[in-house]
Amino acid sequence: MATAELVHTSIAPSLLGREDFALISELVPEGSRVLDVGCGEGQLLHWLVENKNVKGRGIELESDKVYRAIARGLSVYQGDINQGLQAYSDQAFDVVILSQTLQETKAPLDVMREMLRIGAKVVVTFPNFAHWQVRLSLMLQGRAPQTKLLPYAWYNSPNIRVLSICDFNMMVKEQGWRVERELFLAGKRHVRYFPNLFAEVAICLVTR
Amino acid sequence: MIVSTQVVEIPEFRMDCGVTLTQVSIAYEMYGTMNADASNVILVEHAFTGDAHAAGISDEDGRPGWWDLMIGPGKAFDTDRFCVICSNVLSGCKGTTGPASINPETGRPYGMSFPVTTISDMVRLQRALLDVLGVKKLLCVAGGSMGGMQVLEWAVSYPEDVHSAIPIATTARHSAQQIAFNEVARQSIMVDPAWNQGDYYGSEAPKRGLAVARMVGHITYMSDESMREKFGRRLRGQGMVDANEEYIFEVESYLRYRGSQFVGRFDANSYIYITRALDTFDLFESQKLVRLDPSSTRFLVISFTSDWLYPSYQSQEVVNLLRAANHDIAYVELTSNYGHDAFLVDVAQQTDVIRGFLNSVSRNLGISNYALREGVH
Repeated sequence: MATAELVHTSIAPSLLGREDFALISELVPEGSRVLDVGCGEGQLLHWLVENKNVKGRGIELESDKVYRAIARGLSVYQGDINQGLQAYSDQAFDVVILSQTLQETKAPLDVMREMLRIGAKVVVTFPNFAHWQVRLSLMLQGRAPQTKLLPYAWYNSPNIRVLSICDFNMMVKEQGWRVERELFLAGKRHVRYFPNLFAEVAICLVTR
Repeated sequence: MIVSTQVVEIPEFRMDCGVTLTQVSIAYEMYGTMNADASNVILVEHAFTGDAHAAGISDEDGRPGWWDLMIGPGKAFDTDRFCVICSNVLSGCKGTTGPASINPETGRPYGMSFPVTTISDMVRLQRALLDVLGVKKLLCVAGGSMGGMQVLEWAVSYPEDVHSAIPIATTARHSAQQIAFNEVARQSIMVDPAWNQGDYYGSEAPKRGLAVARMVGHITYMSDESMREKFGRRLRGQGMVDANEEYIFEVESYLRYRGSQFVGRFDANSYIYITRALDTFDLFESQKLVRLDPSSTRFLVISFTSDWLYPSYQSQEVVNLLRAANHDIAYVELTSNYGHDAFLVDVAQQTDVIRGFLNSVSRNLGISNYALREGVH
């Protein structure tokens, strides 16, 4: 791989085009201890280390991604989420981030519990499966929805958990946790009204 | 880059077993330039049968160093930026005092009267060498296999002196399987009549036993895949013509060749002493890793998918222990078919992760020449 790809160029405010990254970074305090669960090649974590001076750690399953993240200078651990989270001590982090991964986990509730055990605050982003296009697609075509944001067929989708913003909030309530802040996105636009219908992505800051 | 091995003499050295050795030699090589405050020094640790000649071309025999792919200008351990030091281990036979050295008290080789040696003895002697060279703190300690054990020992013995550590394809303690392989190697030396309880200096060395020991070792360094690729079932000669055929398969002649090459460059008693040091090393039992202060050293741990001698789970044990104590640690299991040898030969991805790690470590420490080469490669 060309090393040039590894060299960090300053990231635009939109954070490599990922609007949810930009919003996540707003929720992370300067200098805090951050764990990015499912950090990929570490784009977000790298930005947070460079710009918010955080003490960053990451967990990622795929060797090729871990390798690129470490080559960026990040402290990333190669392992799966369950085993990855287990090793950390209680309240080891100020913020634990789970970006667009909750819907891919086998036991989302366990993952949430573990994250709240090791972190004071948890930032979760997930795709909203109750977006109007998803609803319409299912209703009109009678097939498992495929949209711009959820382009997979039912048989090859990594998204094994289908949840809406309402569903997520129900879980938080049932568990006795709190959503401290929530932000909703449709493309690059903020969604202020009827997020469960109009938001494609939700970003929630959850505490115990 | 032509390099030569230097030797420093340490007047007195107290070992873990309580014995004090006198006039201890330690052989080392140095590459790159040490900066004024000696803040750019990386100590590289060799594996079991390695030596101080880690990089460049030896002025003695013209051979490249054992990690020449990784150490040099623009390489993973970039000698344009860093000063890299590698020394031969205590109880070795490549310039540092060991069983084949002359005991100053008797005027004869130590043989099996050499004091039992531990990994921590090896590391303490390196600390003494660095004192002589004027190096207080190390930017990094790195090494694979037994080298990785020394890296871990450095981190727990001298946490204040080690800014970062890169243990590769290693473990905090040997498993029963690893001890078993070493015992087969030791026994094959000891049953050779020429071994003579270790007293063979001046007469014929236990070459046959040592060669068999090396053959066993070589099998454990390769993987099933790499042996299939390299030899398969290729025949050496005509196949099985008669029962006295010297070799039937290519792999047999290769192992014997490697065994016979080895006896010319390694001392049988050193083989016994060093395998004992490996087998008795245990950072879990000593609780040294658990008690380590998380603020001291930054870690990069690397293992390889096809390494069955030091399997990834052993690296993960170390990593998980350190993660539980909130250490700053990165871990990757790199994909390779080369088995345990991967850390020596499969260097492309290894180079990228080590370079990125060292960039980050040296930048955090404000090493002055960081900016000089950033983004050049």
